[in-house]
Amino acid sequence: MEALDIARWQFGITTVYHFIFVPLTIGLSLLVAVMQTTSVLSKDPVRKDAWTRMTKFFGSLLIVNFGIGIATGIVQEFQFGMNWSEYSRFVGDVFGAPLALEGLAAFFLESVFLGLWIFGWGKLPEKIHLLTIWAVAIGSTLSAYFIIAANSFMQHPVGAMLNPETGRAELDPSQGSLWAVLTNVTAMAAFPHVVSGAWLVAGAFVTGVASWHMVRHHNRARDIGLETPEGEEHHHAARDLYRPVVRFGVIAMFISAIVLVVSGDFQAQIMFKQQPMKMASAEALCETETGASFSILTVGGPNAFSENCDDVTHLIEVPYVTSFLATHTFDAELQGVNDLSAQYQEQFGETVTDVHGQEIAVDYRPNLFVTYWSFRLMMGLAAFSGILAFWALWVTRGKGENARTTGSKLFQWFAVLSIPMPFFANSAGWVFTEMGRQPWVVHPNPDDPTIRLMTTQAVSGNPGWMVATSLIAFTLVYGVLAVIWFQMMRKAALKGVPLPKRDPDSDELDTPTLSFEY
Amino acid sequence: MLDPTVLQTLWFALIGFFFLAYFVLEGFDFGVQMNVGAFWRRGDAARGTVLKTVGPVWDGNEVFLITGGALLFAAFPEWYASLFSGFYLALLLLLLVLIVRVCAFKWRGKVDSARWRTSWDIVHVLGGFAPALLWGVAFSNIVAGVAIDENRWVTTSLVGLLNPFALLGGVVFVLLFWLHGTLYLTLKVTGELRAAANRLAGILVWPTILAGAAYLLWYQLAHSHAGWTWVPLLIAAVALVAVVPLNRLRREGLAFTATVAAISASVVTLFGGLFPYVLPASNTPAHSLTVANASSTEHTLTVMLVALCILLPLILAYTFWAYRVFRHRVTDEESDLPGSALLEKAKAGYREAFEQE
Repeated sequence: MEALDIARWQFGITTVYHFIFVPLTIGLSLLVAVMQTTSVLSKDPVRKDAWTRMTKFFGSLLIVNFGIGIATGIVQEFQFGMNWSEYSRFVGDVFGAPLALEGLAAFFLESVFLGLWIFGWGKLPEKIHLLTIWAVAIGSTLSAYFIIAANSFMQHPVGAMLNPETGRAELDPSQGSLWAVLTNVTAMAAFPHVVSGAWLVAGAFVTGVASWHMVRHHNRARDIGLETPEGEEHHHAARDLYRPVVRFGVIAMFISAIVLVVSGDFQAQIMFKQQPMKMASAEALCETETGASFSILTVGGPNAFSENCDDVTHLIEVPYVTSFLATHTFDAELQGVNDLSAQYQEQFGETVTDVHGQEIAVDYRPNLFVTYWSFRLMMGLAAFSGILAFWALWVTRGKGENARTTGSKLFQWFAVLSIPMPFFANSAGWVFTEMGRQPWVVHPNPDDPTIRLMTTQAVSGNPGWMVATSLIAFTLVYGVLAVIWFQMMRKAALKGVPLPKRDPDSDELDTPTLSFEY
Repeated sequence: MLDPTVLQTLWFALIGFFFLAYFVLEGFDFGVQMNVGAFWRRGDAARGTVLKTVGPVWDGNEVFLITGGALLFAAFPEWYASLFSGFYLALLLLLLVLIVRVCAFKWRGKVDSARWRTSWDIVHVLGGFAPALLWGVAFSNIVAGVAIDENRWVTTSLVGLLNPFALLGGVVFVLLFWLHGTLYLTLKVTGELRAAANRLAGILVWPTILAGAAYLLWYQLAHSHAGWTWVPLLIAAVALVAVVPLNRLRREGLAFTATVAAISASVVTLFGGLFPYVLPASNTPAHSLTVANASSTEHTLTVMLVALCILLPLILAYTFWAYRVFRHRVTDEESDLPGSALLEKAKAGYREAFEQE
């Protein structure tokens, strides 16, 4: 393998790995902030007690997760320069700005206030302490915004022009400059999509973990008998501690589902205009069609998806859906991969000069297999969250004294199995959007295609063995850390919350105090 | 050679400021981690106390590097590209230790087992020494220059980066941060540990003075591009020598201030002597990257300056506030403050929350 391929593998591995933890951080910091707000605002002591315990429980999981997100984030920033130096030179004038803003506006906020939240517990007044977790939640969401604005410039460059003297992209005041980069329509569509994807991750996580404990306590209460004090305690844990959190996670999932669908639909429409090749590949749409169908299952011959698009057979299709996704009309004409490929060859040439000065042939088709299946995986995996949400809502139906919990082992295991699914869906979405952009690293804007760069022109001039060393080193270290992370999350999640005790004399709960005065 | 504009010069100074803040703040974090090794025999609990002194703040300190790196990318993309691709293997090593060091901070206290904590303590010692050494080597090579070809690709190999000047730089960074972190400890802990840190600082200061003087003189005479940097160089020297009596008199605050001044003045010396270059070419001077030929456009520099002017005061304000909140010594806050029972309860609450004991 050449340095280019190894560098791409490294970027893919480190980015997908990083983005396992980041959505949970973004989503969970918000959900924990809402939990803590609920506990601070609650007048009812039982309710206050329950949400205080849950804030601490999910807060401890958040902290374990935060560390690895930060650690892997440093690599992301350094590797643009290390592996993609020619890309960095080409776009540095534009691309560095949102990265720097991310540091200034988001990373400082997250890191300083996370320290204040963790260690200020007991030092800061209650309300101020509550604000610190909100600052963390806002900071992590802002960081997503800035990095997506940067990424969107690679998908759809705006606000900049090509300087013919230097051959570099530069911010252009006459086209809106940095403001245009930050309000890029591509970013405006992608940001809510990515952030609601993070809420889905966190919602499924909270519902999954809380469901597991709810079922456990429900069954313990049933086994011991409700008439005993211990049985009553487990009954209380299932109904008053975990059940509200199960439903809270469901609400988060529903809100995220709405935002995901609306923003995803909008994204698909602009993608058909901005990057028609990416969407044609997502559908394995080889020839230009009117009223194009959406295929659910597709098979291909030995050369399908990589070399010969015509080797593809759609087995199950839903008519007109792809055209509808693209334009919201059923009979729209959509360009196929073959036509687009010919068109690009004419417009941008059949060869390109790589970083070592060699002329190489260009294939304008992204890897069809990957784009086709990652697109379907992204949407299909969300089904798990949907089933979990409705099932959880059903088994916890009822109000007040009739509020139900369940002892179903099947539900318990399904809830736990559903936790990783949105993580995979997120990864698949990123794989789709990044691999679907190939062979471009900066995809030309159809309105003004002067700013464009191919991946082969972006890589550093370092020898293959050097990049391979770093790929192996990161993969090994990341592998070890992933195992430790998983064990710690599992252990912390299994512990659950310490059950509340009631003082027999005063009848007061031993609610863990969230905060003390100085 | 192109003359640098006012904006380019200002941005060079701002990048210098971010590295200065990073080395002053993260410098004592590194030093504190090194002392996990120095005070190893005092046992698990003492090591925990040592680490607790930086627990709430190290994360924010590290952001000065992350943001400084991003600002370097935004303001001087050519510098960023040549430096990061050219110092590839050195940066790879640095990244690996920075990654595991973050995990050590976040995860050490999360499992209640002596073996678990000991394992992370080893990572802490590595996470203190290795980045300090690597930063010293890297910065010495930046200021002394490396071989650069016509594509602006660095051609000096990893072995070439390990030249005597750079290795001395590595040793100086280690010693200086170690001393800095030890003086920080004298400010933040109590009792026997405080006395031990005081003794250690008294020993460390001598090799730091010797190596630091040799390094800065070598730099000023052989590599510096400016004469005025003799001024910060002398300030650094005086500040470092002042640590000797201040530490002996147990004037902990002043002694720590002295190492803050020494690190700041050293960074000013290095950056000041580098100007107007950002990465001098040791083979063909014409290939050198300079403030003028490596920067973004004037427009981008202006836009980013406006953003920085709005955001930096905010950052400094809440960072300062965080340091105020955590200003007390780690082990004697119960006895110093009224309502010690409340604080004890707070700690129990914290333990319950995050260690869930």
